[in-house]
Amino acid sequence: MAFSSFAAFLAMGGHGPYVWAAWGVTALLMIACVWHARIERRLLIRSLTRRTRREKMRPPQSGKTAPNSLQASQADDT
Amino acid sequence: MWTFIHKWGSPKWFYAMSARVQPWCWAVSLLLIATGTVWGLAFAPTEVNQGQGDSFRIIYVHVPAAFLAQSVFVSMAAASLVFMVWKIKVADMAATVMAPFGAVMTFVALFSGAVWGVPTWGTWWMWDARLTSMLILLFLFLGVIALRGAFASRDSGSKAASVLAMVGVINIPIIKYSVDWWFTLHQPATFTLTSRPAMPTEMWLPLLVMVLGFYGFFIALTLMRTRNEILRREMNKRWVIDLIREAR
Amino acid sequence: MLDTPQGGLWVAFKATLKRDVTLMFRRRGELLNPLVFFALVVTLFPIGISPDPAVLSLIAPGLLWVAALLAALLSLDSLFRTDYDDGSLEQLLLTPQPLAVLGLAKVAAHWLFTGLPLAIVAPLLGIMLALPAGSYAVLSLSLAIGSASLSLIGAIGAALTVGIARGGVLLSLLILPLYIPVLIFGVGAVQAAINGDGIAAHLAMLGALLAASLLLAPWAIAASLRISING
Repeated sequence: MAFSSFAAFLAMGGHGPYVWAAWGVTALLMIACVWHARIERRLLIRSLTRRTRREKMRPPQSGKTAPNSLQASQADDT
Repeated sequence: MWTFIHKWGSPKWFYAMSARVQPWCWAVSLLLIATGTVWGLAFAPTEVNQGQGDSFRIIYVHVPAAFLAQSVFVSMAAASLVFMVWKIKVADMAATVMAPFGAVMTFVALFSGAVWGVPTWGTWWMWDARLTSMLILLFLFLGVIALRGAFASRDSGSKAASVLAMVGVINIPIIKYSVDWWFTLHQPATFTLTSRPAMPTEMWLPLLVMVLGFYGFFIALTLMRTRNEILRREMNKRWVIDLIREAR
Repeated sequence: MLDTPQGGLWVAFKATLKRDVTLMFRRRGELLNPLVFFALVVTLFPIGISPDPAVLSLIAPGLLWVAALLAALLSLDSLFRTDYDDGSLEQLLLTPQPLAVLGLAKVAAHWLFTGLPLAIVAPLLGIMLALPAGSYAVLSLSLAIGSASLSLIGAIGAALTVGIARGGVLLSLLILPLYIPVLIFGVGAVQAAINGDGIAAHLAMLGALLAASLLLAPWAIAASLRISING
């Protein structure tokens, strides 16, 4: 441990604002990237689902099924 | 070997396989980043040789971001090459999603460099060789993004952005070399941000962990967004429609 | 035509060059535009910074190079634009000769009518900016070599953006970062001449950049033209 107390850790030997600004902006932007990707996915799936629902009015198409892995992927990360 | 490439080139296959790989990528990268963060911020010894004190801890975000920014451009150009030569669409989708992330990483490197400059140089900006090349890299990323967006047809935009990415990647080493030359010619500060004679192990080990974590993050995020891009572009394909129908 | 004889290539190159030169002579008014722009930009700086010769001579090498670079950039947009609009670019794509060679001929014509005149006029403007004696020839030479690279690299951007309605601003965004190495070594040569250092290294680097762009740019130009026209 390079610091004696939590206050010293926050102060960063007098360079606190610089260290925390650099780290904070980096963390913020990286979280924003992940957040954006998740929102993007959710919106895409929502619009695709809506479209499928709309097309349900039409007669059902051929009963070709997707492989299981696809369903699994759908289940674990949405 | 050829069938392997062929399989990964199929959007459907890629979508299915990336779903399995993706959680592992996230787990590994977040673990590495968390370790590197705690280690770098709290446990790595304070810099004393050059009197930077604790401000040197910015290195643990600045250097990984700078590494990553260049690697993203190279990966983007490689994906573009694969797309142009073998017409593999997944490669173009990956290149599409890499460009904005590369621009973000370049910005992170620039921002952390500028903030680091305040305690070290006493100013927010110095025309330091490393920062200048980073700035140019940012412009290159913005150019690729803008060119892709400027075309009405997605296909033309993809091809044009691919050519530009490849032209850019040939130019990056030339730009780096010429900027270094220009910098030494003008001989301003004798002190660059990250040049130090032999960094002790306990300082560069967390840096290594951080760099690996950032690379993992890049891979995981690219997989995630490429999957989105696949859904968007293959929207009308049979398998996507089936996929959505069954997911409900 | 499965194999193009060597002579056929050269003939195609000459024919394209001749055609472009003829066309440019018909639009003589436009030829002057980059030069006038160059002179105008150079005029702005003494007004904007200081008329003091000591200050001006300090910034003259970089200023002249940047102004010439911008002038060359300005003329790039029209490199393929008129041919694209009247459809002759499509005809160019249909010829049996490699498009790279024909593109190179068009770039050569562009350089003859912008890069070369800029290099010739630069010393005149150098006098106005109190450029130190002994660097005038180097200024011209470095601009002549450097602007050839600028035309080649810039043509890639022009070819990429020719299909876009208002591609002018985008073109500069794409191309300016790629111009930086040429600018560095070009200004470096003039600066070295002023300081009395050897200029050979800088000129050699400019030559190397030109050789590399001569080798690689035509292929990129050809690929970009195909994308812009065929989608």
